[in-house]
Order: sequence, then C-alpha cells, then structure tokens
Amino acid sequence: MAKEGWDLGRRDYERLLSESLVHKGESLWRDAARRLRRNRAAWWSFLFLCAFGLTALLAPLFPLPSPVTLDLSIEPQPPVPPWVELGTHGFQPDYWELSGVDEALVSARRAVFGTWQTGPWLGTDGKGRDLLSRIVWGSRTSILVALAAAVCSLLIGVTYGALSGYLGGRVDNLMMRVVDILYSIPFIFVVIFLITIVNEYRTELEDRFGIDREVVFFVVIGAIYWLTMARVVRGQVLALRNTEFIEAARVLGASTARVLFVHLVPNVLSVVIVYLTLTIPAVMLFEAFLTFLGLGIEPPKVSWGLLAVDGSEMINPVRIYWWLVLFPSLAMASTLLALNVLGDGLRDALDPKLRGKD
Amino acid sequence: MGAPVLDVRDLTVRFDTRQGSVRAVERVSFALEQGETLGLVGESGSGKTVTSLAVMGLIPSPPGVVESGQAWFGGRDLLRLAPAQLRAVRGDRIAMIFQDPMTSLNPLLTVERQLSEVLEVHRGLARRAARALCAKGLGDVGIPDPEARLDAYPHELSGGLRQRVMIAMALLLDPALLIADEPTTALDVTIQAQILELMADLQARRGTAILLITHDLGVIAGTAGRVHVMYAGRLVETADTSSLYARPLHPYTSGLLASVPGLEGDPRAPLRSIAGQPPDLCELPPGCAFAPRCELVRAECRAGVPALLEIDDPAARGARRAACVEAERLLARHAVPGSAP
Amino acid sequence: MTRFLLRRLLWFAITLWVVVTVSFFLMRAVRGGPFDGERALHESIERNIQARYHLDWHPFKQYLHYVGPLNLDQHGPRFLGGDGTRPFGGVLAGDFGPSFKYRDFTVNDIIAQSLPISVGLGVIAMMWALTLGLSVGMASALRRGTRADVAFRLLATTGIAVPNFVIAGCLVILFVFLVPLLPVAGYGSWRHLVLPGFALGGPFAAYIARLTRTGMLEVLSQDYIRTARAKGLPARLVLLRHALKGGVLPVVSYLGPATAGILTGSLVIERIFAIPGTGSHFVNSALNRDYTLAMGVTILYTVLVYALNALVDFAYTLLDPRIELGES
Repeated sequence: MAKEGWDLGRRDYERLLSESLVHKGESLWRDAARRLRRNRAAWWSFLFLCAFGLTALLAPLFPLPSPVTLDLSIEPQPPVPPWVELGTHGFQPDYWELSGVDEALVSARRAVFGTWQTGPWLGTDGKGRDLLSRIVWGSRTSILVALAAAVCSLLIGVTYGALSGYLGGRVDNLMMRVVDILYSIPFIFVVIFLITIVNEYRTELEDRFGIDREVVFFVVIGAIYWLTMARVVRGQVLALRNTEFIEAARVLGASTARVLFVHLVPNVLSVVIVYLTLTIPAVMLFEAFLTFLGLGIEPPKVSWGLLAVDGSEMINPVRIYWWLVLFPSLAMASTLLALNVLGDGLRDALDPKLRGKD
Repeated sequence: MGAPVLDVRDLTVRFDTRQGSVRAVERVSFALEQGETLGLVGESGSGKTVTSLAVMGLIPSPPGVVESGQAWFGGRDLLRLAPAQLRAVRGDRIAMIFQDPMTSLNPLLTVERQLSEVLEVHRGLARRAARALCAKGLGDVGIPDPEARLDAYPHELSGGLRQRVMIAMALLLDPALLIADEPTTALDVTIQAQILELMADLQARRGTAILLITHDLGVIAGTAGRVHVMYAGRLVETADTSSLYARPLHPYTSGLLASVPGLEGDPRAPLRSIAGQPPDLCELPPGCAFAPRCELVRAECRAGVPALLEIDDPAARGARRAACVEAERLLARHAVPGSAP
Repeated sequence: MTRFLLRRLLWFAITLWVVVTVSFFLMRAVRGGPFDGERALHESIERNIQARYHLDWHPFKQYLHYVGPLNLDQHGPRFLGGDGTRPFGGVLAGDFGPSFKYRDFTVNDIIAQSLPISVGLGVIAMMWALTLGLSVGMASALRRGTRADVAFRLLATTGIAVPNFVIAGCLVILFVFLVPLLPVAGYGSWRHLVLPGFALGGPFAAYIARLTRTGMLEVLSQDYIRTARAKGLPARLVLLRHALKGGVLPVVSYLGPATAGILTGSLVIERIFAIPGTGSHFVNSALNRDYTLAMGVTILYTVLVYALNALVDFAYTLLDPRIELGES
C-alpha cells in the first residue's frame, strides 16, 4: 500500500490534539478582557462608571432635596458637612415632568424616608437650590444626552461607513467625498445655525410632535459626530475586506452572512467600542459648551453643563463661591477622566499588535 | 594566532519580568580570533541575540541585568566600561548589523545622513568631507552608482541594497569585530548568497572578525569556520563547522541536522522533527534543558545541568565541547558507518 | 504639486459653495427675519430697510446677488441694467454685504476689525498648546513609568476632561483675584490674550502631550533607534535626530483638527473674557439673526480651516519622505 508513508496514525493525531489543548490559542476578546482587567486604572474607571450610572438611574430614590425648589431670598450657602448637619425635614417633591418609572421611585422614596432630606452637604447655589441634588440629577441629563448622541452617531456612522467600505469603488469614493465636504465645515456653526433655526419652530414641534428641545439636541449632536465614526468604520471594513483571513474563510466555504457576522463585525466592533467610549466625553463637553452659549439645556432641567455655567457666572472678586465651581467641575472631570481612561484601556486591550505582549 | 579579538567568559544575562526572572543567557563563554567567522546557532529564544546585545551594552536595562561575566575586547572588559567609553567603542571598533534592513534604517533620513553621522561622531569629520568617504564605503560593498544612492531614502532601495548599506555603515570605520545578527533572514535566497559572499570577501580583505548569529544551518555551513550551538540560553555544543555537521555530539544538534530535508532518501518518509516544544524559559527543568525532548535521556540528565566538557575527537580541527552525558557514546557511534542516529 | 493644489482648490470650491447655498436658503426659509421682534417700524423706514437689504427681491435673485461676482442692484454692470458704478459684488468679489444688525457697518468692516484679535488669540493659544504639549509629552516619554510620567499623564487626561470655560473660570480666580498678575477682560494689548490663550489652548496642549508621548514611545521602540545606539551615537543625537522627527508626526497631523477646535473654542473664551473678536460676533449674530454677518464669519472660518488643513497635509509630506503629495 503506497499510502502508508503519508497517513498520520491515530496516535499522531492524539498527540497533536493533546499538545494543542495545552497551548490553547486565544481569541481577540479573551486576550483583550484579560489585558483590560490587568490595567488597574481602566478597571477602576469601569467600576466607577458603573456606580455612577447606577446612581444616576436611581436618583429619584435617594433622599435628596428637590433640585428645582427656588429660594431667592438667601445667598449661596457654603457646604455643610454631613457630620454637622445630617439632614432636615422639609422635603417637597418639586420636579419637572417625570416619567412613570421615576414617579414610582419618588413614591418609594417618600414611603421610606418621609419628609426627611439631606442637608446642604455641598452647599446651595445662587437661587437657593441644593448643589448635591443638582449634581446627582444633572448627571442623568448629561448621561442621557451623551448616550443618545453617541448611539445616534453610531447608528448613522456605522451604517454609512460599513456600506461605503463594503461597496467600494466609485460609490465608496463618492460617499467619502461627501463626508470630506461635511468634515471641512466647522460644525459648530452648523449646530448653532440649526439650533437657532429650530428654536423658531419650537412650539410647533413640541405641540404637534412632542419633540422638545432636548430631542432636537440629541439628533443634532449625533448628526455631527457620525462623520468620524463613518470614516473609522469604513477604514476598518476596507482593510478587512481584502485580508487573507477573509479570503481564507471564503475558501473554507463560509457564506457571506457568516463572513460578515463572524469575521467582519467583531473586528469593526472593537474599533467602534473604543471610539464610542471616547466620543461620549466629547459630547458631554460639547453640551456644556452649547449650554454656555445659551443653546443647550435650560432650567428647570439640570445638567452638568448648566451647573458649570452657573458656577462660572458666579465668579466675582468680592465673594468667591468656590463650591459652585469646584463640585460640578469635579463631578464632570472625574467622569470624563474615567471615560477617557477606560477608552484608552479598551483601545490598548483591543489592539491586535499588542496581543500576547504586556 | 594572537590574542582573541573578543573573549567572552561566563556571561549571564537575566530579565526581571512580572511573570518572574528569566535567565536568557546562562554562563556562555566563547572566543573569537582575528579574521575568523564564528557562528552562533540556535532557535528563537535560545539567547543568541541577547548575547550579542549584552556584549554591545544594548540590553534595555530595566528589565535586563547582566548578572555576571566578562567580555574582553582590546584589553578592556566591555561589561565594566563607563557608558561614554562604551559608546566610543560601538560603531568604531565593534559594529553590528541587524536582521531587517527596512526597520533597522531610519526611514526619515537619507542614506548619506545615516552613514556620515558615524564619521562625524567618531572621527569628528565635517559633513562634506564625510560624504566622499561615504560614497567610497557604498562602492566597497558593491553598490552601483554610489553618489546617487547617497541621497536616497531607505524605502527607495531594494532589500538587498538596504542590507548592503547596513554593511557599509558598519564597516565605514574598519572595525575589528562585526556582529551580524541574522543578516540574511529577511532577504530572498539569491540575495542571501550575494550578501554572504560580500561579507566573506570583505573579511578576507580587511581581516575583520565576524560573529554570525543565525538559526539557519545552511548559512553557517558556507561561511563559518567554527560553530557554537545554543539552547535555552546555554551553550550545548562547540566545534569546527565540518566536524559539527559530520559528527554532531549533542542530541539537539543532531536533531537539528536531521530535520533538514535531504535531496536523497525516500520522498514519502515523514519529515523528522524534534519532539516536543521549545522550552519556556520561566519554567526550565532542573537538569538539562533539552531532557524533555531528548531521545537519549537518562536519569542523571534530570539531576543536574550537564557541564560543557571537552570531547576528544581526533578528526576535528581544534577543540570540541558538548554538554551531554551521551556525547562520548555519540562520537563512538559516528565512527561506525550507518549507525549514526 | 500643481495637481495637488488644483484638486484641493476644486474640492474647496465645492465645499464652500455647498456651505453658502445651504445656509443661505436655510436662513431665508426660516420664518422670523432679522427684523422681527423689533419695535414696529414706521412704514417708510420699513421700506428703506427692505430696499437696502433687498428683501423684496425674489430669493434666487438675492442668492445670486449675494454670491456674486456681479452686482445685481442698481449699481451693477450696464448690461444688467445698472449704472455700472460698482459692477462687482458678492462673496466671490470679497464683499459679504451689509450687516443686518449693525446698520452702519458692512460685514467686511466688522470682520476687518475683529479678525486680527481673534487670530492673535488663536496664535497664542496654539503656541501654548504646542510648547506645553510637546515638552510635557516628551518629558513623559523619556521618563516612562516613573512617578513624573504618571503625574504628567494624569495632568494631560484632566486637561482633556475639563471644559475650557471651567479652566477659564479657575484661571480668573487665580490670576486676577488671588494673584493680580494679568488683566482679565477686554482687549488692550497682547497681555490681555495670555490668559484667554491659555484657557483656549489648554485642552489641546493636553491632547498634544498624549500624542507626543505615544508617538515618541513608539519611535523609541523601533529597530532603527537600536541601530543608532549600536553606532555609538550619543543619547542626545539619537533623540533629536532620529527619534524626534518620527515621534512628532502624529502631532503634525493633529494640527488640522486642533486649529478647527481652537476656532470653535474661541467662541466661548471670547465671551468669558469679553474679547471683541470675530467669534463673539458670530454668536451674537446667530442669536440676533444677523444673517449676513453669520454667513460671512462662517465662510471665513471655513476658508481658514480648509487652508490650514491643506498646509498641514503639505507639511506632513515634507517631514515624511514616504508619503507622496496627493495621497490622503
């Protein structure tokens, strides 16, 4: 039998199998998760952001004073630490329109805490509103804006970029030219234009479609940030489309759908995740920026941008209301810091060039 | 036969990593005579590159530490020189070329800039005066139209030309020792031959000693007079080239030689390989590092690291050493034709 | 080289045309002209305004008149029925028209007055960004892993995470109230631009520091640095001649977006520090519906950003010989 010299015996296969089980290969995700966990700064940032997200979600449950109740008679009060004054009774459920879930949480809070509320641990602002409460409630708006805008940019950007990269050729060229043109326009002007224009039709939008300024806000911001996302995704798809491993998968008989979902998407996903984590801080800053210009969030709603603006407006040489600037800035800075650190950590963890190294 | 150009004794290099300390090079000794080519052979991770970098003082220092050893060159121990003195030696008396000329040359600087700076730093020449010498240097390594090439950037040259530029750069100041770390690995086979020929030619004309580091047995066979084989950071066999190839005395060496497919023999016979995997330097076995993969392993192999002992081989040129308890037996087997493993 | 310039110019023209057209018709389409909300005006004044700003024309005619290069009003060229005194006008002839808000001034006047200030601010901001960013980034890269490195990196990440008006506020407290060193508001001399410049350039300094650090670290781990050391070059030469060029490249390509960002940020900074630059005029114009001023500034800034981006791309090709002009 001439074949004998070529065949591997059963024992050879078993040996190969046992060797390969010992030296287990690693998928991109497992390698990335391991490296991310080792990056302590990124890990702590992640935990911090989770805690922060939870606080924002459950804000109505905490026994905080209303963020809205005005008291124009008093000046801004400096912070009173909790060991001096833990809390008082005198809670008034004074909010803007809340959703059903939030209303339920408020009821729960009243059932548990009654009329007790925390004292001015972080001080009060120029209109007598408790700062801690405003920071906690403000976090909700800021996160909401950032997430909504990020998701918006993700949906538009990924679709556009993936399509452009996948179709390739002339279509791709044209689509990217459009992006280039839009990119050259200093978008701040576009935003200001759009928001100013939308303001004209504000009452109609609200009455007829229930679209308030915030929704417009999200859409506008999302519509700005999709450009870079599209570029990034398109670059990835282009690079991947012709890689050898895609060809190899095809040669092995993978269907187009399988190629798309098992091979292309995970690779694009890593880039998207990193970019998303880094866009959110940019959007939060941008919201603050617009609020500063009077085009963002308005009272009675609260956002961190609004708090930062309020604080900086109170700066004067006579009385330094440091707490009005410090605490909102701290809150914002630490959250953005955590997001940036996490984003960097994710980028390092998912960088295939660093696989296997440390 | 004067004093050796480079005399390395008991070199040990340790790396301290988060996973633990690793001895990349352990008690390696060798001597290089004037005008000869010494081959340092081993697979990736065997410690051969680290050895050469240690001699040059280029080990990144954390995490690398030269634990012990001496490297005598020109009457001085390189491992104990002050940084400024070592820098004066590097590039001038000892030169080094690396594996991949594309990444080893600065892509943002012209060829002329990279060559002339050697002359500027070590000989204090002005750039203009240096230019003529650079052109001559390029001509010496067989680069056609050297004047034009001077103003080129590395990415504008082919792989073979780039490696010639590297060699020219290394030999500009006529060093006594050239360390060549995998000089042909990144090149096509035909270009490989040219480069090796070039190096041999330059050596014959200038008397430069060459330390040739490679994993490719074929490269060694054509160029080196003597060979040192490394495994897991230790020297396991030393001999002159023809004796090593004809009568390997260490199971690792014979495994290496046997794994090269020959032009004769049954084409359907399975390719022979060395069983097992290359060792993890963090978890070396207590005895001989090769024991887990060795066909001739005995109980005493696991007891302690075998010493590199001199084996008496009358047919060899010069001394032979092997770090194996079976070395004598292997030598005896070679004497009986047809019974070599 | 000329092909590169021509192609860039072409796309630039297209971009600009899109910007002008879209914003023009958007503004016209929106209800609420620039004069709504003012006191009810006397009919004759109303008519004067209509005539002066050509609000009674067909929108398309207004558009053509705005774009130019030919003047379409009574002073236009003879063959169009005018008296030929001012045949050229419109954006293509460099005329942005009269301001809707500041009745006695044209947009060109306002821009001419405020642009030098804004440019001065931008330049100072960029100087802050580059000097701080490059030095901190390099110090960080060279002292990798040490406490100084960690401190620098923390500083850099914080600089990115804090809104620039907060930095501005803190600066004001520090340097004006606590340690009166610099003037805070208004504009009188370059000294007025130091603090605002720092507040504006701060976040960019932070980003540049990060880019420099990463760029330098990557270059320092390259094989050719090892070759340079193996040649016996002193450390200073290895750093300055071999590492610096490559390490700074990412910063050069960042200069484009950085300029755009500085332009954007100037809107806020000019407001806080009461600097009469073009940025603050823009914000006011958007809020006041002073359309010509708003559009004039938009067009101007688009031109600036585009020109600077092209310049940066060009500079990049000079630095890296592997890149050819015309590649993106």
